[in-house]
Amino acid sequence: MANTPDYSWPPMEARKVIGQSPKRLDGPAKASGRARYSSDLNPKDLLFGVYLTCPHAHARVTSVDTSAAEKIQGVTAVHVVSPAGTEIQWQGTEVAAVAAVTEEIARDAVGAIKVVYEVLPHLVKEEDVAQAGARAKAAGEILKGDPAAAFQQAAVVSEGHYGIPVITHCCLEPHGQTIQWQGDSVWAWPSTQDVTHYAGQLGQNLKVPAANVKVKMDYIGGGFGSKFSPDSWGEVCARLSQKSGGRPVRLFLDRATEQRIAGNRPSAYADIKIGGGKDGTITAWESHSWATGGFTGGGSPPLPYILDDSNHPIPNKRLVHTAISTNTGPFRAWRAPNNQQAAYLTCSAVEDFAAKAGLDPLGVFKLNLQYAPKVRQDLYGYQFDKAAELSEWKKLWKLRGQSAGPVKRGLGLGFSAWGGGGHTSQCNVTLHADGSVQVDIGTQDLGTGTRTIITQVAAETLGLPMAAIKLTIGSNDLPPDNASGGSTTVGGVSASTRKAAVNALAKLFDAAAPALGATADQLEAANGQIRVKGSPSKSLTWTAACKKIGAAGKIAETGINDQRNPSRELISSGTGGVQVADVSVDIETGIVKINRYVAVQDCGLIINPRLAESQVYGAVIMGISTALFERRFMDAATGAMLNADMEFYKLAGIGDIGEIKVYMDIRPENDKRGVIGLGEPPAIAICAAVGNAVANAIGVRVPHIPMTPDHVLDALEGRNA
Amino acid sequence: MRSKKDPDRSRQAKGNFSRRGFIRGVGIGGGALGTGLLENAAEAAPATAASAGPGPVPITLNINGKPVNLTVEPRVTLLDALRNRLDLTGAKRVCDRGTCGACTVLMNGKSVYSCSVLAIDAQGKAIETIEGIAEPGKLHPVSAAFWNHDAQQCGYCTPGFVMAAKGFLAEHPNPNLEDVEHGLGGNLCRCGTYMGVRQAVLEAARTLKTQGGKNG
Repeated sequence: MANTPDYSWPPMEARKVIGQSPKRLDGPAKASGRARYSSDLNPKDLLFGVYLTCPHAHARVTSVDTSAAEKIQGVTAVHVVSPAGTEIQWQGTEVAAVAAVTEEIARDAVGAIKVVYEVLPHLVKEEDVAQAGARAKAAGEILKGDPAAAFQQAAVVSEGHYGIPVITHCCLEPHGQTIQWQGDSVWAWPSTQDVTHYAGQLGQNLKVPAANVKVKMDYIGGGFGSKFSPDSWGEVCARLSQKSGGRPVRLFLDRATEQRIAGNRPSAYADIKIGGGKDGTITAWESHSWATGGFTGGGSPPLPYILDDSNHPIPNKRLVHTAISTNTGPFRAWRAPNNQQAAYLTCSAVEDFAAKAGLDPLGVFKLNLQYAPKVRQDLYGYQFDKAAELSEWKKLWKLRGQSAGPVKRGLGLGFSAWGGGGHTSQCNVTLHADGSVQVDIGTQDLGTGTRTIITQVAAETLGLPMAAIKLTIGSNDLPPDNASGGSTTVGGVSASTRKAAVNALAKLFDAAAPALGATADQLEAANGQIRVKGSPSKSLTWTAACKKIGAAGKIAETGINDQRNPSRELISSGTGGVQVADVSVDIETGIVKINRYVAVQDCGLIINPRLAESQVYGAVIMGISTALFERRFMDAATGAMLNADMEFYKLAGIGDIGEIKVYMDIRPENDKRGVIGLGEPPAIAICAAVGNAVANAIGVRVPHIPMTPDHVLDALEGRNA
Repeated sequence: MRSKKDPDRSRQAKGNFSRRGFIRGVGIGGGALGTGLLENAAEAAPATAASAGPGPVPITLNINGKPVNLTVEPRVTLLDALRNRLDLTGAKRVCDRGTCGACTVLMNGKSVYSCSVLAIDAQGKAIETIEGIAEPGKLHPVSAAFWNHDAQQCGYCTPGFVMAAKGFLAEHPNPNLEDVEHGLGGNLCRCGTYMGVRQAVLEAARTLKTQGGKNG
């Protein structure tokens, strides 16, 4: 084996499997209904867990009486989560849980639990910071230069108010798990974005050694940043199982509880003032922003977004942020945390500034890229031009409010930045003497295509077809891999897999070299053969080469990507994207429709273009859903979430998304940077682009996302929402 | 979801499918009813003529061409009977309130939300679930088209989409894009796979036609 193995990717033109678009490997299982999610498991003697949750937004539990529930035939366990004395801070908080032989009996038993509450005052709305009183806390002020003087000198000053609401993750598979706690061992089948670390966290909660916790998950029905830990329900499910004599319990949240407590994206509201020159150069920024992420506050979008490089920022700025604590379910990471909010607030304000100056925002955005990080200024410049070309910006864009007729058309821009990088990941590649290839990695496939891309990397490296690779993921018995979050999975697993496969191949070359009359460093793997470089006739079939492995019977090698010291020859971080929305707004009904949506995105080396495109389509569609429909409605009087369902919490349907154009920016200079994650970046800019397109169409700013008829008509009538 | 051509439509509206019964069945644990809207609808619904239960009752369902005997309480939905009693877990429980379509199965060839049909009311109907549309190890042309066009990410909505598409294509063998958007409007996806779904349904229509309409 060479001292310093060359792990780098083969050059673009030499790749056989990477860069191709094989269909996703778990596609047949998913499309035939045969894929078993953790919520689908029906092990022998299964019990059904059901929660009793608190109907109040703020209350103290006075008493919990479970005696009637315990007497119901078929109930095997009752567990109190919030005993007397507990102060509850949001509706939907778990109070007790029941396990029973049928779900119906468990529901009856939950209904038979008597809870007395002392109801306390609550705050559940944060749109108006003035109403928040003592629940509003100063959360930082930044001052640079002399904004007051800069605004006075500015030729153009624009001011606006903008807001983006709390939305929920609304994973189709709710949070939950199936767990069996028998004797000293716990078997857990969760719905998680972190298979490897689940055992340690659950074990800690249960005071069971992590070594005694076995975790397995084949499929997950959506996470989007909300499914990183076992949560309280992991522990509760385990305790129900233990109290039921070790029978397995399946406990998944019902939809209302899922909507209330299992994850949401913080809101963000801001009053923003921008000053600058007649040419559109921004010289001053002032923002007063506020947000809630639930009881702990939370949510602090980085403003101004992207146009804030520490070495050359907007010279004069003042930022004041307020965090509002509300009696609502806690926020969780939501597909590019804080970035959607920051992109919406910033791009809206920049668009308003351009409109005030009578300028094309395309030019204003590009001009102010002088404040963006130097390394990405050229990238953004290229992407703005590409997005303009694909959206026919020059032909279709008009100054604000110049679209004629009752249905008005407008175009709007948004842009994004994301890190990515590769998480810590270990892969084991085993080459067996019979020629079979085993790849083991304790990761998870969230539907992003992780199984497929790992297999592509292994096949590419070993010179084999994908069908020759036997991949196993989704268990904590496998080599450790980190949580799938921050768009770091593809970087982590592609690097660890590449390294493990290169290391294994080097050992195979050692074993096969004598038979080929060559040295190991003269060999290569291609087309299912081990052959001498430059003399392809001197070769062994893969199977024949593996027969030389010898007495050990197999070669088992490891590859590691360390997040703190990543495999820079293989992966990178830092992406940019520019998007354009083309919308129609009916000013009589207030209905907004997407005509066309253009997303230009770079993500370095693309392992599977089909799956990469699917990621961007998916992110854009999710973003259109948030831009047009999604909003958590809280009731000020009762403290209840009014739309804790999927009927009034509306997601975009297949007819709501218009035509979407995805342009993957795969120029060689991006490819040579290596693999970069793609889950989050294209999900960032949609509210920004759609909001700007609506303002461009109707001539006035609709301050608050989503662009629903009530918001649009309010803005047209001059009412401020 | 229900087609205008659905011969069962009027019967369901007037007859033994009772929203009141369904809502009572969902019971105390179903906190989503707290908006008051459904309770009002329930009060307005006519009382059912016949009653069964409240304890478990034996029923026979015709599932994927085979009779299946089971004992369930009358409040048990077809979805929960399939998933929890019969281990047919292709249909998913997502909204549990007739909105998202993840639980779609075919009843007498028509798409229904199985979360909104009581198991006892599904007796005497030919129920087709995704497990029954293809031989083990094979893919139905609609499933294959979903795979071909990557009309899936996490995949939790996919079985419902496949069944809704199959039911839709049985009635609309020559759809255009607008038809597809209308016909599949009763199914929701969170990952955003609609671009693939559009193409998949159009491809499946072509495949089924060349196969002489062998839609399962």
